[in-house]
Amino acid sequence: MPAPDSWTATAAESVAGPLEAGELVLRRSDTQLTLSAFLHNKRAMTGVGVVVFMLLFCFVGPLIYHTNQTTVNLAIENSPPGNGHPLGTDEYGIDILGRLMAGGQSSLELGFAVGIASTLLGVLYGAISGTIGGIGDGLMMRIVDTLLAVPTFILLIIVASMYTLSLTVIILILTALSWPDVSRLVRGQVLALREREFVQAARSMGSTQRRILVRHMVPNTLGISIVTATFGVADSIYALSALSFLGIGPPPPFTDWGTMLTNGVDNLFNGYWWQVYPPLIVLVIVVVAFRQIGDSLNDIVSGQLGGRMLRRRRRRFGWVPLSARYEQDGQL
Amino acid sequence: MTWYLVRRVGQAIAVVFGVMILTFILLHMEPGSVARAVLGLKATPERVALFDDTYGLNKPVYQQFLIYMDRLLHGNLGVSYQYLQPVSTLIAERLPRDAVLLGLSTLLAVIIGVPMGIYQAVRHNFLVDDVIAGTWFTLYAAPDFMEALLLIALVCVQFHILPPAFPGGVTSVGGLFSDWRALVLPVVVLSINSVAGFSQYARSSAIMTLAEDYIRVARAKGLPERLVLTRHLLRNSLLPVITILGLSLPGIVAGAVIAEEIFNFPGMGLLFWQSALSHDFPVMLGATLIIGVATVLGNLAADIAYGVLDPRIRLASS
Repeated sequence: MPAPDSWTATAAESVAGPLEAGELVLRRSDTQLTLSAFLHNKRAMTGVGVVVFMLLFCFVGPLIYHTNQTTVNLAIENSPPGNGHPLGTDEYGIDILGRLMAGGQSSLELGFAVGIASTLLGVLYGAISGTIGGIGDGLMMRIVDTLLAVPTFILLIIVASMYTLSLTVIILILTALSWPDVSRLVRGQVLALREREFVQAARSMGSTQRRILVRHMVPNTLGISIVTATFGVADSIYALSALSFLGIGPPPPFTDWGTMLTNGVDNLFNGYWWQVYPPLIVLVIVVVAFRQIGDSLNDIVSGQLGGRMLRRRRRRFGWVPLSARYEQDGQL
Repeated sequence: MTWYLVRRVGQAIAVVFGVMILTFILLHMEPGSVARAVLGLKATPERVALFDDTYGLNKPVYQQFLIYMDRLLHGNLGVSYQYLQPVSTLIAERLPRDAVLLGLSTLLAVIIGVPMGIYQAVRHNFLVDDVIAGTWFTLYAAPDFMEALLLIALVCVQFHILPPAFPGGVTSVGGLFSDWRALVLPVVVLSINSVAGFSQYARSSAIMTLAEDYIRVARAKGLPERLVLTRHLLRNSLLPVITILGLSLPGIVAGAVIAEEIFNFPGMGLLFWQSALSHDFPVMLGATLIIGVATVLGNLAADIAYGVLDPRIRLASS
């Protein structure tokens, strides 16, 4: 695969198309194009619909559907669906439907927090690294490579074994571990942008590095960053559930879908299927929804980059540095 | 190409060095002291002092780092607090077993994923494509520990076809195969994780290959579709898959931690997990280091293989 630098520019021109003499074209900005393509993309809108529904379900649901989520009621433990509990109860007699909402709150809070925070961090780091270039860039990228060489999950387990986790701590750790992926993609994009006319024009007009960074690089990497943010949300929800499964998640009364799964699995062999399938299904639906949004956004954004596939492998949470070196890095 | 190789190897060395620094920092991130974490809160000050002295933990940090580096370069990963054995021995025992597990599951994933991805590409925009992609995505999005447990529930508890876990006391690679029935589930669960990745990669690569002129030429000259697919499409779509083979290593390793924990597979993942539970830092960090180095080497090998296999690649620096 050729280094993208050389051909992104030409590809981008062909997308815009040459202007005929006398032709009057009202060109919409990249952001407007992305937004419009996004709104007309069925897959993406289905994903958004699911996410909005889940947000309402988890945050507005408890206001309508009141359940006891605090006290143990062994009289109704492990009762099957029906009888005032649409999805049954768990081993402590707590209503599963209400539990899904409570657990979803922490899962979604974590997902959004990590997705947004790590994207901000990654965009800044990647943009700075790509803009300064040279030795600084090399050094900054080796740091990223180092963090990518060790699976996030392994680091997560090490840190989790040292500290008592709370939701905030997990958010901080996951953010600290998932930004390198973003920064690598953004840097590749910045390297490609550096050769574009408008950046060169800005430079020739005497713009400072910082101005180019803030006014040109960051806004133009917005597409990719949103893509990675959506993947990040899915990945971190998944990471939290895996941690809970291994038993090193936050201690009770904290709950999330992963914790529910883990508790339910203990009872799966007793035939209490209603304790396993509801959290499993919502978890899969939410993760798939976020990935669908990310995927379709990815298609739209890479379409604007001139058909270049971003080819970020759909990963589980941030542990494969499939940053697709060939496609992303301006150089090898 | 030579210059590129030199640069690439140089980068790899830098990253390995970075991983060493990372593990060293992690070791010192333990709140309180390592001695307290290992010996417990009731340890007498004398024991703590002895522990610190034995493992050189009372020296200044930079000296500790130099000692650490020196030992690493001599292949000494330290001694496990828990097993009181050299970490390198513990890891060396388990590495071949992991090679079997990861190798088999990756092989299975490639054998299933690549043809499926190419089939999807040929049937691009048909219902089959969406159905296959949807199925794998769902399997992919479902947590792997759930898949493992549901498989155990179905295959082991319900139908008694396969044993749910490895028997204890397996010590050799041969021992793994003597109980091959226990090997089936871990391999399957691990490969489920990677099939989606491989097939999607093969699919997008094959879609791009299908648009190439030489495919049109092959069809135009009347080559049977079967030959077009095997000779032209398959070979050319395989290239990117080689890259992800190298790059997917950390993902597979991380998945292996969970799978090995569930199936009691005597590999590095289980060792890592058990040492995490008992705050056995030398083992944890040794394993992390090995995984990091393996990843770097995997990436390097993939990059070089890619360059060698595809003569069209013009490297930026050459």
